[in-house]
Amino acid sequence: METVEAPAKAPTKKEKKLRKIMIINSKATIDSVYAALILANGARMEGIESEIFCTFFGLEMLQKDKMDHLHVATVGNPGLHIPTMIGGLPGMETLASTMMRKEMDKLDIPPVSEFLEIYKASGGKVFACKLAMEMFHLEKKDLWDDLDEVLTVGDFYNRADEEGTQIIFV
Amino acid sequence: MEAVIANRPVEVNEQGYLLDMNQWDKEIARGIALEEGIELTDRHFEVLNYLRKEQESGTALSIRRVGKSGVVDIKEFYALFPEGPLKKASRIAGIPKPASCI
Repeated sequence: METVEAPAKAPTKKEKKLRKIMIINSKATIDSVYAALILANGARMEGIESEIFCTFFGLEMLQKDKMDHLHVATVGNPGLHIPTMIGGLPGMETLASTMMRKEMDKLDIPPVSEFLEIYKASGGKVFACKLAMEMFHLEKKDLWDDLDEVLTVGDFYNRADEEGTQIIFV
Repeated sequence: MEAVIANRPVEVNEQGYLLDMNQWDKEIARGIALEEGIELTDRHFEVLNYLRKEQESGTALSIRRVGKSGVVDIKEFYALFPEGPLKKASRIAGIPKPASCI
């Protein structure tokens, strides 16, 4: 129990208002998956509880044969500054994605498979959406071995029912 | 600014990181660790010495790099320095706070 009087020399620690973050990723693009992983892992690095919930195309980051070969969209992605007609040429998306992964490697950003391992070792949790798995005819054995659980949306909200929890949709 | 750690005056920044890593010794480390709620063991010091060596050689530290060091794996790193291992361990090791996102 806390005493009413604060100690004379206050410790550097203060009560955290942000205790847990829950990140939802519904997309398979490099930018979306890495945003989810960096936010989630970064939370663990700050001592914040962290969970990732993958749904829809976000399940690709949990499929062993796909996770390290994700793409960036070259069509409909104004941030890439490639004209739409050129972005749609065969091989463009693969080329742009390979280049992007190379740039990330230079910055010591790990491939998705290794990033998931780092995140898991940090105590982070990873969940998959039950309905999306049914939609894509995926079973738990098709997904990453260290997946924590398959959840319904209700399960997900129940996990969020704690003080200091934030949900982020990337 | 000046702070007194282990009964010795040392220069620290606003977040409590030593400004000069040469002012560091085991007693200072124990003093800072106590503020972080950690009691240091020999195992902690193995990690701290590794971090200091990396800092001296000018390496940018990240959790990934520490995990690949062969000194400590990521799981143990989190267990030794709970709730933010990289920043806590760096502070206890008397080196600057790493500006790493990974």
